[in-house]
Amino acid sequence: MNQVNNSSFSNNRLVNWFSLSSPSTFYPVAGKLIPVFWVLAAGFGLAGLWVSFFVAPVDAVQGQGYRIIFIHVPASWMSMFLYLVMAAWAGLGLVFNTRLSAMMAQALAPVGAWMAFLSLWTGALWGKPMWGAWWVWDARLTSELILLFLYLGFIALQASIDNRRRADKAGAILALVGVVNVPIIYFSVKWWNTLHQGASVSLTKAPAMAQTMLWGMLLMALCFWMYSIAVGLMRVRAIILEREAHTDWVRQLIEVKS
Amino acid sequence: MRALLAIIHRDLLLVMRRKSEVLTALFFFVVVTSLFPLGIGADAALLRKIAPGVIWVAALLSTLLGLHRMFAADYQDGALEQLALSPQPMVLLVAGKIIAHWIVCGLPLVLLAPVIGIQFDLDASSLYVLMGTLLLGTPVLSLLGSIGAALTLGVRGGSVLMSLLILPLYIPVLIFGAGAVYANSVGLDTSGHFSLLGALLILALAFVPWVSAAAVKIAIE
Amino acid sequence: MTINLSTTSSNPALVLEARGLRCVRGERELFTNLHLRVASGNCLHVRGENGVGKTSLLRLLTGLSKPESGEVLWGDQSITLDPIAYHRELLFLGHRDALKEDLTALENLQMYAALDSVPLSQEKALATLSQFSLRGRENLPVNCLSAGQKRRILMARMLTRQAKLWILDEPFNALDVQAVHELQNLITEHLFAGGLVVLTSHQEVSISNVQVLEL
Repeated sequence: MNQVNNSSFSNNRLVNWFSLSSPSTFYPVAGKLIPVFWVLAAGFGLAGLWVSFFVAPVDAVQGQGYRIIFIHVPASWMSMFLYLVMAAWAGLGLVFNTRLSAMMAQALAPVGAWMAFLSLWTGALWGKPMWGAWWVWDARLTSELILLFLYLGFIALQASIDNRRRADKAGAILALVGVVNVPIIYFSVKWWNTLHQGASVSLTKAPAMAQTMLWGMLLMALCFWMYSIAVGLMRVRAIILEREAHTDWVRQLIEVKS
Repeated sequence: MRALLAIIHRDLLLVMRRKSEVLTALFFFVVVTSLFPLGIGADAALLRKIAPGVIWVAALLSTLLGLHRMFAADYQDGALEQLALSPQPMVLLVAGKIIAHWIVCGLPLVLLAPVIGIQFDLDASSLYVLMGTLLLGTPVLSLLGSIGAALTLGVRGGSVLMSLLILPLYIPVLIFGAGAVYANSVGLDTSGHFSLLGALLILALAFVPWVSAAAVKIAIE
Repeated sequence: MTINLSTTSSNPALVLEARGLRCVRGERELFTNLHLRVASGNCLHVRGENGVGKTSLLRLLTGLSKPESGEVLWGDQSITLDPIAYHRELLFLGHRDALKEDLTALENLQMYAALDSVPLSQEKALATLSQFSLRGRENLPVNCLSAGQKRRILMARMLTRQAKLWILDEPFNALDVQAVHELQNLITEHLFAGGLVVLTSHQEVSISNVQVLEL
């Protein structure tokens, strides 16, 4: 008779150096961290807004309206950064077969999509008073639009697959393919832009950046980053509750019991 | 290698038994390109200018139409599982399916495009460039499309979702392909476009079969 | 639960084993800590109610699905180490026929032989098909055949495939009495030649050397 000791065999999940890899241990830790990040976001946000409204000089050419770049540029940075982070989490989830990494990717996708949308919207708001057009097909805005499509594709794919694990893995493949393609797409759009360049309006042609402008954008970028982490953690907690609803530890939670 | 030929032979044989599916995609290509002059006007100079873009976009959409055939039928009747359990590397079988798809959906576009180009009053050298870009580009479309087809197997609303997933990835091919034809028509050099298309093709050949094979395995788990 | 089957086996290297299998479908855990061992010349009949995980277990054994924990071993080696070698010795028949409806019976058989790297001459293919009462129908498209006849094509494939391990999911479905006998004979001969069989069925299986696993 082969009575085999179960514990000596490897799990699919790698016993990893994240002590927080299990949803049940991560959930309370995330809960404690969320207020911290909200505070940081508020702090950076106030500092950034102060710099952008009061400290940065009025632009000689564009007047006061240019100040919207303090939202537009950090939003674009964050949308690209979040895509990388999301793809990294999804990739980790695929390689190590950890559910929590996949949940993090799932949580970050809407945040990243929102950043991309914000970037496009503020880009349009900037473009209209400055150059008279709500939309210009310059390389960066067009790439941002495509990035939004990539986000929406990821969200749509995960939403249409019923089997959660399959949705995680399929989304991971899509995100990784997207990450490889983003530089290719950006390069090709830049190429296309120079080829068909009509009027030479470009939102990427920034006026000589005063030091203070850079500081303003950096502070706002940090604000968005902290905001993204806070919202991401909140979302992942909600996702954990939803997906682990059948486990004992979730049923014991105060939030669930009440 | 024999297995690769076997799977290509199988897929082509299946297409021969159901020719109508393939022909409809080709008719779609012709119909869509004919819609643009009807919508925009028959000014020859304008048509010449929009021809590269129109023909390329129509090629993209026709390829999309034919993509669900790559895996969906085999998925539904259980043949895909048998392929996954055969003693052949899945990568080889997927590559064979992509090649068969290109022969059926991509190659006819290459052959049909000059006819459409004439309708749009493109000159002879531009027609050659058009065929060349489609020859390099349509395999990339089949390759990238296989990823979308594999990811959305058996999913509700799969075809539309697949289009949403793949079209952003098609954009570089579109830009370089149509850009080459446009550049040629205004007398610019096209070697850069062709080398970029070639690079995309090599990259796609090197990576996509593995990605698609992984996606198929996830779908049949 | 543990099942261990070993009678006088003709080839000691042919052993299918599963250790500590845990299977989760959706949010439900179907079974956990499942052990089984099937040696050469033996047949395992997996039984249980609908939805209890029979098909899932079979798919885990083929390697199509990965278990949450535990492993499947063929000849004392994990099947994930050399899947292609495992696939060469494995024949899986699932719920669906996996026959291409637009191809003929002969073409289906030859297509699978080519993909499975099994040499199969046209004469042998035709002979096998007529052995399963398909003479005269080899060149009809499969969608013209009845469900029972389609299953007979699959039996022809089982015979020509030369696989050691057969994993069959509900193989007796849609078969008339005579076909059921033929399939049972086929399985018995396979076991006698030292092969292994794992199958699920709602009916009683009248084959010797059958052990039952209740899920």
